[in-house]
Amino acid sequence: MATSKVCVVVVSGTLERLQMAAMVASVAAVSGQEVLVFLSMNALSYFVKGDDSKAPHEGEMGALMADKKIPAFKMLFEQAVELGDAKIFPCSMAMDVLGVEQEGIEDYLENATGLTKFLHDAQDGQVWTF
Amino acid sequence: MAERKIVDGRGSFCPGPLMELIVALKSSQVGDELEVLSTDKGSVNDIPEWINKVGHEYIATTEADGVWHIMMRKAK
Repeated sequence: MATSKVCVVVVSGTLERLQMAAMVASVAAVSGQEVLVFLSMNALSYFVKGDDSKAPHEGEMGALMADKKIPAFKMLFEQAVELGDAKIFPCSMAMDVLGVEQEGIEDYLENATGLTKFLHDAQDGQVWTF
Repeated sequence: MAERKIVDGRGSFCPGPLMELIVALKSSQVGDELEVLSTDKGSVNDIPEWINKVGHEYIATTEADGVWHIMMRKAK
């Protein structure tokens, strides 16, 4: 079984990128790989409790996806944690900018983490950026 | 006594059928057979790949009326 670590950095707030990031994280996690996800910039606000805003699409694919039975990206991230070995870290800088405390973030996310720690944890893994 | 379960992933897109299979595996016993129904062609290649990668037993895939039936046995 593969053991290589998969690190996913998500900064975009658009549907296609959030969806692809969630697919990579969830499939890697349920395939036995250690997964670390870092949520920052426009990606973080979707993980604030009570936020049910829809991610805007970038192009044709995102528009087509809206009408199809595609697993929601937030559900896939949650399944990555529950069914696999994934940890999802909200960026502490993005939390400060949004003015959100840890209690305001979805419970399946880890404690806020800074870039320095994430870079350290990611240095022996693959890094995927969305 | 080994059971046989149907996991209905019809209409869902990648990786929906795979995630539904994994949820069903969590509540299954070693030796149980699971049959995933999928209309997503990508899952037809991906699910056997996953089954072999994580060490379960892949049995067979059949297709009827646009629905694929992917059969496996829980091995651990």
